[in-house]
Amino acid sequence: MTYTSHTDAERREMLETIGLEKIEDLFADIPKKMRASALELDGPLSETEVRREFARIADGNCDMTCSLFLGAGSYHHFIPAALSHLVMRSEFYTAYTPYQAEASQGMLQSIYEYQSMMCELTGMDVSNASMYDGATALYEAAIMAMRCARKRTRIIVDECINPLYRNVLATYAGNLDLELVHVPAKDGHTDVEAIAATLDDKTAAVLVSNPNFFGVVQDFSELAGKVHEYKALLVMSVNPVALGALKTPGEMGADIVTGEAQPFRSPMFFGGPYIGFMTTREKYVRKMPGRIISETVDEDGERGFVMTLQTREQHIRREKATSNICTNQGLLSLTVAVYLSLIGRDGFTALAEQNISKAAYAKKALTKVEGVSLKWKSPAFNEFVLSLPQDAEKVIENLTAEEKIVGGLPLKRYYEGMDNDVLVCVTEMNTREQIDEYAAALGRLI
Amino acid sequence: MIPEDLKYTKSHEWIRVEGDIAVVGITHHAQHELGDIVFVELPEVGDEFETEDECATIESVKAASDIYCPVSGKVVEVNENLEDAPETINNSPYEDGWLFKVEMTDSSQLGALMTAEEYNEEISD
Amino acid sequence: MKLILEKSKPGRKGVGLPKLDVPRVSAKKAWPKELVRSHQPKLPQLAENDVVRHYTNLSRRNYGVDQGFYPLGSCTMKYNPKINEEIAANCGFGALHPLMPEYLAQGALEVMFRLEKALCEISGFKHATLQPAAGAHGELTGIMLIKAYHRYHGKTNKNVMLVPDSAHGTNPASAVLAGYKIVELPSDDRGNVDIQAFRGALNDDVAGIMLTNPSTLGLLEENITEIANSLHERDALLYYDGANLNAVMGYARPGDMGFDVMHFNLHKTFSTPHGGGGPGSGPVAVNEKLVPFLPVPTVEHRDDHYFLNYDVPMSIGPLMTYYGNFAVMLRALVYILRNGAEGLKRVSEDAVLNANYVMQRLKEVGYTPSFPRRCMHEFVLNNSDKAKKGARTLDISKRLLDFGIHPATMYFPLIVKEAMMIEPTETESRETLDNFIEVMAQINREIDDNLDLLTQAPHNLPVKRLDDVRASREPVFRYKPGQE
Repeated sequence: MTYTSHTDAERREMLETIGLEKIEDLFADIPKKMRASALELDGPLSETEVRREFARIADGNCDMTCSLFLGAGSYHHFIPAALSHLVMRSEFYTAYTPYQAEASQGMLQSIYEYQSMMCELTGMDVSNASMYDGATALYEAAIMAMRCARKRTRIIVDECINPLYRNVLATYAGNLDLELVHVPAKDGHTDVEAIAATLDDKTAAVLVSNPNFFGVVQDFSELAGKVHEYKALLVMSVNPVALGALKTPGEMGADIVTGEAQPFRSPMFFGGPYIGFMTTREKYVRKMPGRIISETVDEDGERGFVMTLQTREQHIRREKATSNICTNQGLLSLTVAVYLSLIGRDGFTALAEQNISKAAYAKKALTKVEGVSLKWKSPAFNEFVLSLPQDAEKVIENLTAEEKIVGGLPLKRYYEGMDNDVLVCVTEMNTREQIDEYAAALGRLI
Repeated sequence: MIPEDLKYTKSHEWIRVEGDIAVVGITHHAQHELGDIVFVELPEVGDEFETEDECATIESVKAASDIYCPVSGKVVEVNENLEDAPETINNSPYEDGWLFKVEMTDSSQLGALMTAEEYNEEISD
Repeated sequence: MKLILEKSKPGRKGVGLPKLDVPRVSAKKAWPKELVRSHQPKLPQLAENDVVRHYTNLSRRNYGVDQGFYPLGSCTMKYNPKINEEIAANCGFGALHPLMPEYLAQGALEVMFRLEKALCEISGFKHATLQPAAGAHGELTGIMLIKAYHRYHGKTNKNVMLVPDSAHGTNPASAVLAGYKIVELPSDDRGNVDIQAFRGALNDDVAGIMLTNPSTLGLLEENITEIANSLHERDALLYYDGANLNAVMGYARPGDMGFDVMHFNLHKTFSTPHGGGGPGSGPVAVNEKLVPFLPVPTVEHRDDHYFLNYDVPMSIGPLMTYYGNFAVMLRALVYILRNGAEGLKRVSEDAVLNANYVMQRLKEVGYTPSFPRRCMHEFVLNNSDKAKKGARTLDISKRLLDFGIHPATMYFPLIVKEAMMIEPTETESRETLDNFIEVMAQINREIDDNLDLLTQAPHNLPVKRLDDVRASREPVFRYKPGQE
């Protein structure tokens, strides 16, 4: 059989050791009426047949030569060649959660390196080992804030946050005693005054994003001050690539920082696996969900790394745990550490600058098309909203079908009154030629 | 290791009565079972509790133990030294390792607590 | 070993980015001053080879299932077939954006649709969602579905979830996140749910029960029929924790046992790698009662076309930003196709055979199983007799490391003293199992002959025992770069 090794003779001997005659006897505890009849499944297929089958299946996907201007939470970025060679060392990827620290120093140290880098990027003291993705990390931050601000149950949500994230928040929030209060966007950016006016002494946290869903970057220092006056927490969901250029959330006064670290190399993979991250200030560490790695020493005084503060976690605290999270995205935190090391300090800064530069060029090129304009002129990172003179869904559909250009995300489905608007993303992977072609094609279509 | 002059609970808290104030800590037996104590979360001064409300948490590396308030009342003082030196509970559970002081609202509740002898019997099972 | 951050050399350049082919626009030029980062983040400055050496050497300080035996109970550390990785890496799915128009993502949707069908067939359920990112996430999803069901039927009084004391810690933690109160049920002396306690706990406020079957003790629940019937009589539902599905494939289906909802761990039963702690994937399958509440989007097939359906009026909503850990689903489908029905049945047969063989042989060399019953795919030793002699389960485990064997799960389930939970899995050969038994026998002899060998183990790993107390009292969460 496929991945088992016993011969029939070995099976017989082993059964004899146990004192049984037939394999079926091992399952004698299953009542007769619960026995399954033969399963109806495809296969077994040999490796060669599997390759053929998946080559056929993959043909149903788009031609990968499309040029892509689609972001909205999942981003197309440069992946260094060395990356997969390191991450796919099987000592890493075939290991379980590092329960046995002495046999897991590789993974533990790499997560510690990841934590250190995420703290450095976000300007915070502590990072956990990872969350599932950007949306679930934001939800975990919201309920963490409720634990920090004791007995408060109100969460203010800025509507500039990715609508996909806000939908996920709503799914989970419905189960707990907490109230989500939404504050509408104002011209594509966070309405700081409206949020300040919504704060009260029941508010546990204010959730904002930076850059926001429309690509706009904003300084939240003033908002942080107001949030803190009410003894609430400021939670900021960030695109970490922007942190090569953007003032750190720590400097702005954020208390919990979360986001999606998929842009740090994870392929887009039709939505997952991605990696949510979370960093915070040291005073809140015991309220934080998920694994946390600490430096320590062994019996000889040599440096080593262990999972720490485990009494927050489900395997010890059970129903009183800070979260139920157990398996997280360990291999992807390793990936982030390797990626950031490979592109390095200057590479990271240059990456942010390239994204700003490409987006600036694209804004100019695309708005030269008759009838096309920028929705807002606010400072932005690598995404911006383009207003077309007609229904954006139709235009984007035709662009893809006729020109093999995936021109962005039409916003009709996500925001009222934005039928003609499209969210365009430009990264270091989009060449000048692609951008020029996009502009030319847009000109032909409208 | 069970002082005669204290009262005890089944959940291994001890209580020293000083007028209408009850000083609360955990027993030698409890700290031994927990092992090296690494963190203590205490109530805030002014918090009010009923008997058997959870009011503090004591953690070792691999376990967390909730502390239940043995008598109803208002917290008037907490042992702030424990924040930086939680191991004090291991070293001196009945003296320096006390947790908090409660101003009792109903001292008749003390009658329901165990004597040293009863507690000794309880833990020798 | 030094940290990568400690190896940094000022000015050294890493892998270069694509050439900038448009005019350079700096943040300072594009944005107001208050938005611009004041200092460069102190990331490493290294050449590619420095980074490759560092992480290659780090990998050598880690132990995966490719190196050897990994009988970590409850985690199903089976061999991870390489064809899974090849298909995931080479078939072009990596470049597929999740918001691509559906007609350009037919291949990915076909993978999801077929995996859902296969999981439903294996488990005896009607439909499944593939979104949950891990087992615990699946549990939360399943419990939210139960809650949605009761809400729909106006039974808002149902606010209690029953959880056996042998359950994974994630069970009670997940149910609390879904807003339930937990009532813990004790186990009896055969490792079943104590049926008297169960009857006593049953009332109209009970929304459901979370069961692992076989349980975390590796034992089948003998009273499952009574439990299922009496819960269903009160319109309470049964949740199946699929962590131990590897024991029963092709022999029993949770859907046929009376369960209403379950989660799978693709990273356990279906051979996808654990990645040192994720990514996993925890699909949730349901019977007809719960179908209307499944998370959006569901994956559907009509007129030769696959599509994402958001039109599910009673849905609990989306669980993730997109559709779950797709690349993990892809690997699981490869595994199921490689095995087919007969192969999966053989998986469970050999998994159970191996566990019983190891349990029997360990009994012969002086170890004590916690319950005197035949086990399923795993079993739990009670090492209290060894602990009395000074060799705790922790010491035996650390000593195993010296022999190149990953220890079993320690101190779980909580109801067994000095527990050691052993799950060999089906992919281990007779020689591997015999070697493990021989090593365990030797360790047992060492307890009497040279106890220090155990209490000071491990002896030949990159580090000795680490100071957990220090890491908890004075944790250090990050490296702080010095002045440069």
